[in-house]
Amino acid sequence: MAAAPASPTPTPEWTPQGEASLLARLRRGEDAAYEELVRGLSPRLLATARRFLPDESDANDALQDAFLSAFKALDRFDGASRLSTWLHRIVVNACLMKLRARGRRDERRIDDMLPKFDGTGHAMEPPSPWPDESMNADRREVRELVRAAISELPDDFRNVLMIRDIEGLDTAEAAVVLGLSEANVKTRLHRARQALRELLDQRLREPARANAGGKGL
Amino acid sequence: MLGRLWYAFEVLVLRRPHLCCRDVADFLMAYLDGELPASQTRAFEKHLAVCPNCVAYLETYKKAAALAKDVCDEDAAIPAPPESLVRAILAARKSAGPGPHDHHHN
Repeated sequence: MAAAPASPTPTPEWTPQGEASLLARLRRGEDAAYEELVRGLSPRLLATARRFLPDESDANDALQDAFLSAFKALDRFDGASRLSTWLHRIVVNACLMKLRARGRRDERRIDDMLPKFDGTGHAMEPPSPWPDESMNADRREVRELVRAAISELPDDFRNVLMIRDIEGLDTAEAAVVLGLSEANVKTRLHRARQALRELLDQRLREPARANAGGKGL
Repeated sequence: MLGRLWYAFEVLVLRRPHLCCRDVADFLMAYLDGELPASQTRAFEKHLAVCPNCVAYLETYKKAAALAKDVCDEDAAIPAPPESLVRAILAARKSAGPGPHDHHHN
């Protein structure tokens, strides 16, 4: 399956100057400005929503909720960040609220997913490099393994990984969105990355072990 | 949990010069972000110079995060949202009523 193009290259309107001009028009209540905002940012914001909420209907709802929250809060937006960045955070928040409303899934404890060490501090299962073919995200099998591993992470840890490593919010922004201290964000992120590594290690090295027995990937 | 807290104390407070593989795993993110004290950074690098297992751990730790981003970026490369959604958002704004500064220009 050919990959769809990545999020559209920002048009001149999404420069800081363009956004400042748009913000002024939004504050004057110009309908055309609202339409420009929604049409211009929806693709990348919907992409964000789909990362948290794979169900199309849930993602569309979260996007709509986010825009409506933003419209109501526009008078309070102080311009300290870019308009697109502010909206991105609102979308992330809307997605987290939707996930919380669902309630907790049955999930494994993060401690069960972390590496284990013996009394001398050595790994119980010594790490080794991953096979080269496992490092290629273009391969369908690798993408499926990675998606499955991410979905296996407990919610609190998957959300931090999504927000920091995938959505690119910094620690301070993530702390605000998640309602955590910055120290907690860092701890959870590290554990999420460690758990993800363990989950991928089990799956990516299996073909290599199988190859040693003569079977292919 | 107490064991891990004691390790943190030894590494960060007592500045224990020799790290074990568990220390590398526990403090890897702080090392990669440049947040360890200089003496502990040196201890980290000393350990990595002699421990291929930890080098493999560091590389696969970084690769796991990179794979997650690559896959999610590719998954999210979707076309523009449906026109019906855009219209619904704009209509919902209108039905929410005018704000204090709204002027409806057509």
